[in-house]
Amino acid sequence: MKDMSEGYTTADGRKIGGTMMEMKNITLRFGGVVAIKDISFDIREGEIRAIIGPNGAGKSSMLNVISGFYIPSEGEVWFHGSKRPQMKPYQVAQQGIARTFQNIALFKGMSTLDNMMTGRMTRMKSSMAQQAMWWGKAQKEESEHREAVEKIIDFLEIQAIRKTPVGRLPYGLQKRVELGRALAAEPKLLLLDEPMAGMNVEEKEDMSRFILDVNDEFGTTIALIEHDMGVVMDLSDRVVVMDYGKKIGDGTPDEVRNNQDVIDAYLGVSHD
Amino acid sequence: MFYREAGDFKTSYTDDSQTFPIKFDRWRYYAVLAVAFGVIPFIIDDYWANAVLVPFLIYAIAAIGLNILTGYCGQVSLGTGGFMAVGAYACYKLMTGFPEISIVFHVIGAGFITAGVGALFGLPSLRIKGFYLAVATLAAQFFLVWLFNKVPWFYNNSASGQISAPERTVFGIAVTGPNTEAWAKYLICLCFVVVLAWVARNLTRGTIGRSWMAIRDMDIAAEIIGVNPLKAKLTAFAVSSFFIGVAGALFFSVYLGAVEVGEVFGIQKSFLILFMVIIGGLGSIFGSFAGAAFMVLMPVLLKNVLVGQLGWPTDLAAHLDFMIVGALIVIFLIAEPHGLAQLWRLAKEKLRLWPFPH
Ligand SMILES: Nc1ncnc2c1ncn2[C@@H]1O[C@H](COP(=O)(O)OP(=O)(O)O)[C@@H](O)[C@H]1O
Ligand SMILES: [Mg+2]
Repeated sequence: MKDMSEGYTTADGRKIGGTMMEMKNITLRFGGVVAIKDISFDIREGEIRAIIGPNGAGKSSMLNVISGFYIPSEGEVWFHGSKRPQMKPYQVAQQGIARTFQNIALFKGMSTLDNMMTGRMTRMKSSMAQQAMWWGKAQKEESEHREAVEKIIDFLEIQAIRKTPVGRLPYGLQKRVELGRALAAEPKLLLLDEPMAGMNVEEKEDMSRFILDVNDEFGTTIALIEHDMGVVMDLSDRVVVMDYGKKIGDGTPDEVRNNQDVIDAYLGVSHD
Repeated sequence: MFYREAGDFKTSYTDDSQTFPIKFDRWRYYAVLAVAFGVIPFIIDDYWANAVLVPFLIYAIAAIGLNILTGYCGQVSLGTGGFMAVGAYACYKLMTGFPEISIVFHVIGAGFITAGVGALFGLPSLRIKGFYLAVATLAAQFFLVWLFNKVPWFYNNSASGQISAPERTVFGIAVTGPNTEAWAKYLICLCFVVVLAWVARNLTRGTIGRSWMAIRDMDIAAEIIGVNPLKAKLTAFAVSSFFIGVAGALFFSVYLGAVEVGEVFGIQKSFLILFMVIIGGLGSIFGSFAGAAFMVLMPVLLKNVLVGQLGWPTDLAAHLDFMIVGALIVIFLIAEPHGLAQLWRLAKEKLRLWPFPH
């Protein structure tokens, strides 16, 4: 593998920067179960990084470690060149990391708009007294953030469902709103856990387009988990392959596709 | 045909997020305010004030308070009676300790004290939820009533163990004590209701309200996208308790005048307010009013109609009241957790489209 520590240029001419996040020798145990076993990889500024692997490989667990929701049993998380101390998930969010969930985790009783406004929680600065009076900063802030959210609503083409309680939306749209909620935070790093699971072909195409556009237009770094190999090959710059909690491959889609361990894992060669 | 959004265009986001986006609703709201301030004070008598209007207004404040905690933030509480007692006793201590300061500040101060106590008793919510939290707040309820009974300092060592409100005036007009006129009681409660409902509306439509609802709907996701659960839950407890404390202070000082804590602020009060919130509608300010009105009016209505007109025995009418409320609670919990407020919303939605249903 060529040295890429100074960044690289992709086949389609996008500039990828230096290391944004680095996972160093992460191990995660749940009692006797080892969900992640001594895995290291990095995510670079501006790239689309995929994590793939069969069910139960530990992919979601890895995103949960990045989100601060799981605390690794061993290993270190480095972000923007320094070791991240142990943090609560909301503090990780404040650092500019947003995400979506494998099983949609929207706020069902709230409208699309309110869900997305909640995505901007970490940017809200007005005091409770100002909010109680709907006065000064509180009111100004509300319309400023509304404007930002409206841009994302336009971008995702969900104007028509702005005021609809998300619990009433069909599955595909809920997935889109969840992406919207994460985008509303204007994150530096966006984590997507199976953003296309359960979608039909057309919805998958839409979602792929949104993911590429987010990366392209906003320069957002993206780490995504996906099952559909075709989608992964199309979207991602580099791929980490996991199997039974271990990393079995890491590289460009082409490198990974030709890796014998990966082929075995995907063809279901028995593990003994 | 009048109830339309058409021709009522929003030109800014501020317009779009106002409380009554439809003009007709706004007019109706102003009309209600005009009647409440401009008509009722002139025609109110003791019976209407004491049996209906004053308790309705005070319960509405308490119901908004509980609705913030339970309806908006999803934290169950059975401690409402106890927190009302905190408001009442705080108000009493402030009234007797600082007689030179206006009663209005005593009531507000009582609200802040209750907010502090509420946040303290809200601490367990950081670890426990649902049934276990309900039991913890129940413990708070019994502890607080016991405390106010047990420690003479709270009732200034009075021989009866009761607290009673001395006369206090606002702009020279008595609002507490035996010489208070019906309209003065009504008007001071109305002022508190209007301001507090406005505050509740502001809080629930903004950042902090969204953080409460996010915790209610999915607490783990809320934390991962940046809601500090500690802050969200404790502010919900504090704000909720502020409202309930103000309600308790008014209930004692303006409405009853004298209070024996176990009798007035017992567990029944906690349930009464909870029923108001469930019947009126969880997560709705309007529903808090509807629920309070319903629970206050229902017994009065049954008594007047069944006992007064049809000559039923009083206890039978009271039993019927229990049965109706019980049945409604079950029906609403199963079929319509958003209560009367949702029925109202559905009716409006139908009306908006009428006479062209598609
Ligand atoms: N909270 C948890 N408690 C216990 N085991 C868990 C927990 N989360 C994940 N696991 C286990 O870790 C392994 C990896 O799961 P997961 O990360 O969800 O896999 P993937 O997303 O790759 O399908 C599985 O064996 C799963 O049962
Ligand atoms: Mg998974």
